[in-house]
Amino acid sequence: MTDTTQAGASKIKLGLFDMTPRQVVLMRRVPVVVVSVLVGFAAIWVLFLADRSWTTDTSAGSAIAEPGEFLVTFLDGLTFAGLLFVVASGFTLIFGLMRTVNMAHGAFFLFAAYIAISVQQKMVGKSRNIESSDVSMLDWFVPLLVGATVAAVVGVLMQQFFLRWNQGQDLRQAIITIAVTVILADQMLFQYGGLAKTMTWPGDVVHFFEIFGQRYASSRLFMFAISLVVAVALWVWLNRTRMGMVIRAGVDDQEMVRALGINITLVFGITFFVGSFLAGMGGVMGASFSGVALGTDGQWLLNSLIVVIIGGLGSIKGAVAGSLLYGMVTAFSPAYLPSDYTFYSIIFTFVILAVVLAVRPNGLFGRTE
Amino acid sequence: MADTLLHVEGLRAGYGHSMILEDLSFSMGTEAVSIVGRNGMGKTTLCKTLMGMLVPTSGSITFDGTPIDGLPPEKIARHGIAYIPQGRRLFPSLSVDEHLQMFAKGTRGKRWTPEAVYELFPRLAERRGNGGAELSGGEQQMLAVGRALLLNAKLYLMDEPSEGLAPTIVDILIKAVHHLIEEDSAVLIVEQNLRAATSMAERQLVMVSGQIEHETTAAELRDDAALQKQYLGVDA
Ligand SMILES: Nc1ncnc2c1ncn2[C@@H]1O[C@H](COP(=O)(O)OP(=O)(O)OP(=O)(O)O)[C@@H](O)[C@H]1O
Ligand SMILES: [Mg+2]
Repeated sequence: MTDTTQAGASKIKLGLFDMTPRQVVLMRRVPVVVVSVLVGFAAIWVLFLADRSWTTDTSAGSAIAEPGEFLVTFLDGLTFAGLLFVVASGFTLIFGLMRTVNMAHGAFFLFAAYIAISVQQKMVGKSRNIESSDVSMLDWFVPLLVGATVAAVVGVLMQQFFLRWNQGQDLRQAIITIAVTVILADQMLFQYGGLAKTMTWPGDVVHFFEIFGQRYASSRLFMFAISLVVAVALWVWLNRTRMGMVIRAGVDDQEMVRALGINITLVFGITFFVGSFLAGMGGVMGASFSGVALGTDGQWLLNSLIVVIIGGLGSIKGAVAGSLLYGMVTAFSPAYLPSDYTFYSIIFTFVILAVVLAVRPNGLFGRTE
Repeated sequence: MADTLLHVEGLRAGYGHSMILEDLSFSMGTEAVSIVGRNGMGKTTLCKTLMGMLVPTSGSITFDGTPIDGLPPEKIARHGIAYIPQGRRLFPSLSVDEHLQMFAKGTRGKRWTPEAVYELFPRLAERRGNGGAELSGGEQQMLAVGRALLLNAKLYLMDEPSEGLAPTIVDILIKAVHHLIEEDSAVLIVEQNLRAATSMAERQLVMVSGQIEHETTAAELRDDAALQKQYLGVDA
């Protein structure tokens, strides 16, 4: 070992090993190679190898043998990704412009959901066992707007009263937003109790249709359509309006935007409104899709974090990519893991996190600073 | 300089405990003034302090009759100072046209609109759709100037506009500065490039270690090799 070190001045010390620059370059490719092999294996597994009946014992058959199960799993992933995007885009928008990690994002999700549920109960005139047939489109969209707007207003108040004075002080902002989360969670427990609650989809969107012999709920596609509308609206706002230009410029170089005479605090307020509104909207969609309960707030803060860490903090494109990746893994891993191992499907989430961070430490679309 | 536009008195500023500007004073009217000095003398620090990006620890800055020290950058910009920073600081996420459209609000009927900027720098018009990072150094500088022009300011503050640019591009910038002065704007140029400094402004302030140590004229500075060597480190 000592001999080789002395042998060449061109050797580079990397951890325990001495390597030539060429070897170092090869080492850097290792994660890429490992990822390609893993992805390739997963694809072959899902396409050909997975088998419900005997050897591998997965809950869905391979894509070739059971195209219906594959398609359903894919749609599950896609529609969940839509919901993830709505919530995480708000989170990443706020972070991108203000460098504020809003730990209260999940609390806004849950708060909006509870508000929407009670508004829906008032509108329908029942406080329990609401059936889809009781719910008109209006009985769903009005609560959505009310819930999301309340979340947005609470977000702006929090920003104006507490965060504005601590711009650039990450730790203080994190602690303030955690405090808001704790207080909100406590108030919600008091108001709404600890039991799970659901929002009811409007009757017009609740149908089942058949794909390759599988039943599928159209309400999930309805939810996905809303996510698409949100994505398009965000894209237009950020790319086709003057305020969007200011926001993108502010993400690049906030100090310079100010030095050119733009009042960025106003832009901050509006961004916080939109970001919290999206959290609230996601909350109402999530409450209709799978219900909410105490603890859902923490779950969705974590979901948002995972999406933006994969996609890159502050990037809307990254939020799309992160949502898709996370959504797909969440849908595919329980369906295609051998039944004895489905319990471990959650681990796959962290596998993607680890892999993405190994290959691109700033996330897929994150910028290097 | 009939009326004073900018008056700086006893300015002290720096980063944390390291004071860079030490008791700096000067004043200027609606004219072109250049500040020259070697690397690290505090020229950029002065620009940042004038723009409110750094808060001075003492001293005063009066612009157009109102004290502006301690104001945030956006307020100072609205008082009528447009900043063209060292290194351009364009926005990588924005196209050329977006850099201008972003500031187009309220420019209608004023001297500088996006169209007027394209007329001044036709090369930018050809690159409308390009991103800021896809421009050559000269085009980037033109865009940084164009962006600042849209503020229709009273004073344009330029930090080393000629840095890293070919002589032909520097000529375009010199022309643009002359243009501004003919139209009664004031220009404060920070430069290390002697040719650019002396052809843009008649008054030359020499900055040494955070102070204005000497005032001279363009002609004098151009001809005095000893002065150049002493203050600019230029070997003639
Ligand atoms: N952000 C900062 N933090 C701490 N010190 C700084 C910072 N920026 C500049 N300095 C220091 O302040 C001094 C003056 O820097 P300044 O950028 O004002 O010089 P300059 O005259 O503009 O130089 P140049 O001609 O190279 O642009 C330098 O010694 C520099 O190291
Ligand atoms: Mg400088």
